[in-house]
Amino acid sequence: MKPRHKRIALIVGGLAAVGAASALVLNALDSNIAFFVTPTEVAEGKAPKDQLFRIGGYVQEGSIRRDNLTVHFVITDTARHVPVMYNGILPDLFQEGKGAVAQGRISPDGVFQATQVLAKHDENYMPPEAAHAIEQAQKAQKTLQQ
Amino acid sequence: MNNRLIHWFKFASPQSFYPLAGKMIPWFWGLAAIFFVAGLYIGFFVAPTDFQQGEGYRIIFVHVPAAWMSMFIYLVMAFWAGLGLALNTRLSSMMAQALAPTGAIMAFLSLWTGAWWGKPMWGAWWVWDARLTSALILFFLYIGFIALQAAIDDARRADKAGAILALVGVVNVPIIYFSVQWWNTLHQGASVSLTRAPTMATTMLWGMLIMALAFWMYSIAVALMRVRAIILEREAHTEWVKELPEVKN
Repeated sequence: MKPRHKRIALIVGGLAAVGAASALVLNALDSNIAFFVTPTEVAEGKAPKDQLFRIGGYVQEGSIRRDNLTVHFVITDTARHVPVMYNGILPDLFQEGKGAVAQGRISPDGVFQATQVLAKHDENYMPPEAAHAIEQAQKAQKTLQQ
Repeated sequence: MNNRLIHWFKFASPQSFYPLAGKMIPWFWGLAAIFFVAGLYIGFFVAPTDFQQGEGYRIIFVHVPAAWMSMFIYLVMAFWAGLGLALNTRLSSMMAQALAPTGAIMAFLSLWTGAWWGKPMWGAWWVWDARLTSALILFFLYIGFIALQAAIDDARRADKAGAILALVGVVNVPIIYFSVQWWNTLHQGASVSLTRAPTMATTMLWGMLIMALAFWMYSIAVALMRVRAIILEREAHTEWVKELPEVKN
């Protein structure tokens, strides 16, 4: 083997080792890298108790209720849901049926007391007319099914 | 067949690459200008407003191309650095060194524009989610590469040290790219990918792709200019550099 080939082999081997090591580390850290837990995970007891954590999912349709500055809403992942209470300003994109992430802790009565609420945006970009057309089409679909 | 191979390797020498790069630079600047004007025009005047984000979504015409560029430049930089380490070719290491500042600027631009968008849309300038954190690490890798190269006086040793850092850091690029699939993140998933149809209105997509092309052309142009400066600096002792008209005068 020429010295040059040895060097290339060494570099490739080194890179493979670094790659394998990071794959293992990432695998071990998997659950800790998650930015939020879902309502299902909360129901399964995977959320930390007596500690701040973030819960994420969709804001359930028709669940937003305001009383003065306090906002009540329900975060759902369609399987399970968690009621949330928040006192503060909501971001522009916070809407019913859209994604949201709340930070806080669960009180003994099962209500999530949020200290911060973030809106999670999805990857769909379209003009308002297109969004309206899709909405109309979905409504028509529903009427047909009934 | 053999002739073609020799033809390509000829440009691996700084002496023959220097004038070639000089000839290519104006072309890339010209293309960059055309794509920037077209892309910004589509982005600001032709593309419709978004149904949820209103006008704020127009950040994507800078944010997404900058983020793509920051990841791609890192791969190219690591490729050249690795080639320099493996084959001991001087020009490869110079290319890696020339790409680093542009990559760092792109990484910074993606973080900065992202923060501006994040405050009104998410409700936070910054969150420690997997996508944002790994993108910040990419920026630090660029800064680290530049600092490490600058800290070692002997250019050949600086190249070697930088190459090792660059190669190890490559691990981060797929982590950035796939972070939104692998973990729950606040950052949204990809709207454009090679395997699915884009989830974006056509004019918006065109604006973004043309801006991406503009960023490509700009990056190539400045990298070539920078590599020419590095060649002059590192080869200052050689006869051919001393004979150059721009050096003589």
